[in-house]
Formats: sequence, structure tokens, C-alpha cells
Amino acid sequence: MTMLNVRDLGVAFGGVQPLSGVSFAVERGETLGIVGESGSGKSLTAMSVMGLLPLSGGRITSGSVEFDGQDLTKLSEKAYRNLRGGRIGLITQNPMTSLDPLQKIGPQVDAVAVLHLAMTPAQARVRTIDILGTLRIPDPALICDRYPHQMSGGMKQRIVIAMALAADPDLLIADEPTTALDVTVQAQIIRLLDDLVKERELALILITHDMSVVAQTCDKVLVMYAGRAVEHGSVGAIFDAPQHPYTQALIGCIPRGLSAGEQLTCISGTVPSVMNYPKGCPFHPRCTRAHDICAVTPPEFAISAAGAVACHFPGDAP
Amino acid sequence: MTMSDNPRRSLAARSFHAFGRMNVSRAFRSVVGKIAGGFIILLVLIAVFAPWIAPFDFAAQNLANNNAPPAWPHLLGTDEFGRDVLSRVIYGARTSLSVSATAIALSVSVGMTLGAAAGYFGGMFERAVMTVVDLTWSFPDILIALIFVAILGPGLTSTMFAIAIAYLAQFTRLTRAQIVRLKRETFIEATINLGAKPSHILLRHLMPNAIAPVIVVGMLAIGDGIVLEATLGFFGLGAQPPTPSWGAMMSSGTAQLFLSPWVIIFPGIVVAVTVIAVNLFGDELIRALDIRDRLREA
Repeated sequence: MTMLNVRDLGVAFGGVQPLSGVSFAVERGETLGIVGESGSGKSLTAMSVMGLLPLSGGRITSGSVEFDGQDLTKLSEKAYRNLRGGRIGLITQNPMTSLDPLQKIGPQVDAVAVLHLAMTPAQARVRTIDILGTLRIPDPALICDRYPHQMSGGMKQRIVIAMALAADPDLLIADEPTTALDVTVQAQIIRLLDDLVKERELALILITHDMSVVAQTCDKVLVMYAGRAVEHGSVGAIFDAPQHPYTQALIGCIPRGLSAGEQLTCISGTVPSVMNYPKGCPFHPRCTRAHDICAVTPPEFAISAAGAVACHFPGDAP
Repeated sequence: MTMSDNPRRSLAARSFHAFGRMNVSRAFRSVVGKIAGGFIILLVLIAVFAPWIAPFDFAAQNLANNNAPPAWPHLLGTDEFGRDVLSRVIYGARTSLSVSATAIALSVSVGMTLGAAAGYFGGMFERAVMTVVDLTWSFPDILIALIFVAILGPGLTSTMFAIAIAYLAQFTRLTRAQIVRLKRETFIEATINLGAKPSHILLRHLMPNAIAPVIVVGMLAIGDGIVLEATLGFFGLGAQPPTPSWGAMMSSGTAQLFLSPWVIIFPGIVVAVTVIAVNLFGDELIRALDIRDRLREA
């Protein structure tokens, strides 16, 4: 069953158009990875789904965001509020600053169930302790009486995940959930999310720029570049036979068993800024395969059963 | 299925609980904090229990014994009407402290509400509020007091409103600056992502995080308020006879400055010491609540 279906999403802030033509779909019990370099519009996509654009002065200019058969782009702010934290949970990038420094952990997590599940604070606390337990937090009852500054980053990230899960959402969006954490904790958090998807039949959107995380945990991948979706498909297909040169370059950048003296691969150049996206295919200035047409006509991006790619010359790496 | 299940009162009560975590008692840890805080508490107790502490009736005249120098039983002497200066200073603490504290409390509550609303909602509302508030800041305190005296007549009510208006801008601006800064914090964004209503965000998350600097500035403003009350009293715009007020006492003392200096000296000393104590305690509060940075940003 399709939980979230985004079609041809376009976002504008005043005159600039940082996002256009983004399409993807997530099913229940499935993990979609959204990858791309910084500035490629990953977080903006998450914000659009959460309906947070008006807060920062943006608006959706085209396309639809369909959640469980309901078009979110036409939803009122009040109705959206019930979805946020209720049926759609968001895990933000920075656990260090995502908790109110003046409130104990317990009440902060309780508030979600009180708000969305109409529980009394006492009922919510029982639930909170239960959720903290499933997230493998030691002594959940004690943790409830702690303040955020008394906890480590990995613990705080688990609390943030607990808050996102407190109202039993159907869709979870994790926006680079491990960026601020050290490597060992990163692996734990990713595994935790993976388990949650399987146990609770969640639909998970995992936003990351770590291709190896995608390879381990995701079912499907959406590759984004300069505010556009460039390739979409199953993890197997994307990693075995990437069609878009940008995807190929990203996969080529995963470090693997380097011997001494060997250089890490990277993609030359940088992501263009929103103010001057190139004409035609946005990737053509950095593409090794670019022809004249790439600088003029933007390639089509159409989803098919096998996946989709936005390139004039798709195919295996030369 | 929302917060409306809990009565609004309980939301406010729980908001207050969060404020309570800011540990004001830590200001008493240092020697300075103990002395200054102790003095303020002593002064408040004296004001509250004035009828039991004062050796004489503050209004009882004894023209046969006027302008008497400090001696038993009039420890601080008597004034031109033979009234006991010590008793009048003790009763004056009631006037000075209550007028200043009430005025600042009024100013803080109105200022915080306006500032929080302006900072949170922004736009034209913010501009309108801030323009009006800044306008009140451009008038000298005495002039504001004169406006109220002209409307309400001289007295403590006018003094109170004058002090409240004089400090309104400060609290409004401070709160607005805090809210504007906090609004962009990740945890507020996270709260929005969890589906919280604006009232919940404002009362439960923004206000508790914004209040610490306001407490400190409010404390310091009470000191200033005492001076302003004394000033207005000195000019005859504040407390009217026979109500004792430190400022009014000094005012009447000027006539006999060389004949009986104790009438003006003792209230003056008490005003000075009180203001110093309040300021020192305010500094200790800044340290105790650890908000130096937040004040600087505001």
C-alpha cells in the first residue's frame, strides 16, 4: 500500500525555484533513501512533505504530495498539525539542539501522546517508558527525569526518535539522523531505524549522503541533484547498474578497502547554487558524458516500474 | 484529541512549573548575594510588619519636640512636625517597595505579553507594537509622570503608572528579542514538527526559555523604580502627606537641611543602600541563572 506518493513536486521561494520535478513513492514497510550532495534539495523535499514551507516563506508551485490517498498540498494548517507528529514523524538532523533545554525528557516525550492520542499525562508516561525501552535506552524511567544536557548525543537522538514514534506514525522521515553522531553510534541508530520499519510496518524516508548506509538499509533510492530527481529505482538496480552519470559518480565515491597511497575518488566541481542553476541538465557542467543537447534541454524524468532516470544518455559507465 | 482536553489553567500552571526550574536560590550562594539578598528580605519584612516594628505612629505630631536630633526615644530624630523619622522611614519602606514592585510587576507582565506576541507573530503587528513601545521610551520618565499626574492627580497611582510605562519598552524589547532568537532554535522547529499548536509553543517552550533575563532586568528595574518613586515624591508628585515615602521625606527635609540634616540624610541613606543591594543581588541573579550571553544578545 502506498503511504506517500510525491509527483512532480516543485518549490519556490519568491523568484527562485530550488526544487522542481521531484517524484517518488514509498510503501508501508519500505525504506526509501534520498541521497545527494549538500544543497541538492533533500531536506527541502522533507520540509515540503511536512508542510513547513510557509514558515520559511516558500510555497509549493507544482505537483502533488499524496499521503495515504490525501493530497497534502490542499490541507489547512490545522489539519496539517494533526498529521505532523501524529501520522507523520520527522527525525531532525541535530539531536543536540532538538530538545527543550529547560524541560525534562519525560514530559517532552509525553506531550506527543497527550496531543495526538488524547492520553492523560500518566498514560502517556507509561507509553513513553515503553517506547524508550524498545529503543534500547537503559533505565527509561530514570531517563524521564533527566534534562537534555545530562545526556549524550546518541541518547538524545534516541529521545528524538522516541518523540517521532510516540504517536505511532505511519510514515517516518529521518533527515540525516546520524550526521551529528560518531561512527559507532551512527551504526546503532541506523540499525534501530531498520528494525522499527520491520517491526511496525512503517514507511521510512531516510535522507542521507552516505551511499553505504543506503546500500545496507534501503529498499529504494532517489538520487537528487540541484533540486531535481535524477534517478529512482530499487537499491539492487541502482547499485548494480546505475544509469545516471551522477549516480555512478556517487557510487564511485564510496571508499572501499583502499590500499596505502591510493587516492579517494571524488566528483570534481560543486553543486551549483540555487541562484544560478545551469540551463538544460543541471549536472552537465560536471558530467563526463555531456553533449551539446545537455546544455539546452533538461532531460525528462518519468517513473516506470523499473525505475526512472533523467539523462539524455543513460547507461552503464563507460 | 488535543491539548484542549486539559483546561487552559493547567497549561498555564505547567508552564509556570517550567519557569520554576530556574534556580533563583543560587543567587544566595556568594557572600555578596547573601548580604544583598538578606538586606532585601529584611527590608521586605520591615515593610510588612511596619506597624509592629515602628516605635511611634508615623503621623503623630509633637510640635513641642520638632527637629530634635537623634536621641532616645527618637533614634533618628524628629522632623519639622515632631514626627519620628525612624517610624517614617520604616513606613516609607512600605510605600517605596510596594509602589516600585507593583509598577515593575505590571510593566513586566504587559511588556512580556506584548514582546512575546510581537516576536512570535511578527509582521505588521510587531511593527505597530514596537513603534508605540519605542515611542514611550523617547519621553523622559518625569514627563510621563507629569502626564499621569495631569490626568489622575498627584499620588501613588500616578507614580505607579509612570514607573510602569517608563520601563515598559525595556521589557517589551527584551522579551521580543528573546522570542525572535528562540523561534529559530531547532527545538522549536522540532516542536512544530510534532504538531504542537502555537499557544503550546509560546507558553510551554518559548516563554520559559525567555524569562530568565527578564527576571534579572526586572530585579534591577525595581531598584531604579525606587529611585524614580523617590524622585517623584521629592518633586511632590508622588506620595501625598501624611503618607510617608522616602522621596517625600527628603523633599520636606530640604527646608531644614542645615537645621536638622537627619530628616534628609536617613531616608537618603536607606534609598542608596536599598538600590545598591537590589543591583548587587541582580548581578548575582545574572550569574546564578547563567544568562550573561542571553542578555548580551538582547
